[in-house]
Amino acid sequence: MLFAISAGLLVDVPRLDILNETIRNLFFHVTSWFAMVFLFLASFVYSIKYLASGNDKHDLMAKIFVQTGMIFGIAGLVTGMLWAKFTWGAYWVPDPKLNGAAITLLAYLAYNILRNSLTDPISRAKISGVYNIFAFVMMLIFVFILPRMTSSLHPGNGGNPAFSSYDLDNTMRMVFYPAVMGWIFLGLWISEIKYRLELYKKSHE
Amino acid sequence: MSIGAILTKEIKTDARNPYTLAGALLFLLSSLFVCYITIKRISAPSTWTSLFWIILLFTSFNAVAKSFVNETRERMLYYYSIISPSDFVISKMLYNALIMVILSGAAVLVFSTLFEIVIEDPIAFWYAVIFGAAGFGIVLSLLSTIASKAGNNLTLMAILGLPILLPMVLVTTTITKNAIDGIDWSIQWKYAFVLMGLNLVCFALSVILFPYLWRE
Repeated sequence: MLFAISAGLLVDVPRLDILNETIRNLFFHVTSWFAMVFLFLASFVYSIKYLASGNDKHDLMAKIFVQTGMIFGIAGLVTGMLWAKFTWGAYWVPDPKLNGAAITLLAYLAYNILRNSLTDPISRAKISGVYNIFAFVMMLIFVFILPRMTSSLHPGNGGNPAFSSYDLDNTMRMVFYPAVMGWIFLGLWISEIKYRLELYKKSHE
Repeated sequence: MSIGAILTKEIKTDARNPYTLAGALLFLLSSLFVCYITIKRISAPSTWTSLFWIILLFTSFNAVAKSFVNETRERMLYYYSIISPSDFVISKMLYNALIMVILSGAAVLVFSTLFEIVIEDPIAFWYAVIFGAAGFGIVLSLLSTIASKAGNNLTLMAILGLPILLPMVLVTTTITKNAIDGIDWSIQWKYAFVLMGLNLVCFALSVILFPYLWRE
């Protein structure tokens, strides 16, 4: 974990001052989506683990991963909107990926509201676990399958070439992959801190 | 066997007390009429399709939410002691899907009378209507169980259900619009396949996940 923390923080620093164009957003926008999907995946796994074991620590992890994933989702959305303004001319365009992203966030907001409307901890854990699994599967369909069927303004869809084919040169590649890892580790790190904080709060109640 | 038994029980209860189904039907008619009063004439097929599906979507929340409100705590305990959870949820899903198909049929009749439309490809159209509506019923069966555990409010069911139903809404509206325009099946089959897949995935997920809610 110590290694993860230091790696997450160290890669954060150098990639800031490499490029000064909007393409630099690649390191923030694309990577936050990767981190979000990874965190929601982790939450999905922990929800399954909870339903299988009944261990309330797994439920806590599932909840925290959703909350951290939301932070990255919102970051991805905001950076994406700014980028869209400068490249496609508007903050919001009718694009399947944008819709998928917005709906994912709506589903996970609903998850948080569901959690808060239930008071009994065991039924809350079970019910929200069930919803989490259902929501994740539908999100996968919405974000990964449906956009493949229609054209999208995003690179790599509907005849648009992907970035890697022409402008992701080796320097950027060297920053991009560590950046993905960096964001994911940052997400894990935040989750870890939140998890410990919650456990601490629980033990002092 | 027990799936059939619960299904007949549901249908008999509804036949004896038709007000819940009639309530959903009346909700549907009123909202269709509100649309007619406010819009009066629709020329574009895309407007027709989207209005139709929005109305059907909100009707489905009302119709399906009722199916769990009617079950008392004592009756749930009784079910718990005599049948397996998967049988119970399968029969509930089939029943809700049936109700939704009936409601959607009524919706098509009334909506196409109020707003005239020429459907070029009726087979694709009815395919989307029947399986889309049945899909709403299937997805909302599990979600209404979740909402009923959390104090049974319709708002919660709507916020939980809307994001989950959206992929289905997207696919059904596409098929319906293409059917009205008479788009060839070589393009349609892809969407038809996805719609069927979505229904099957939701059905399977509900059967797998329901036992965990059941034990509550």
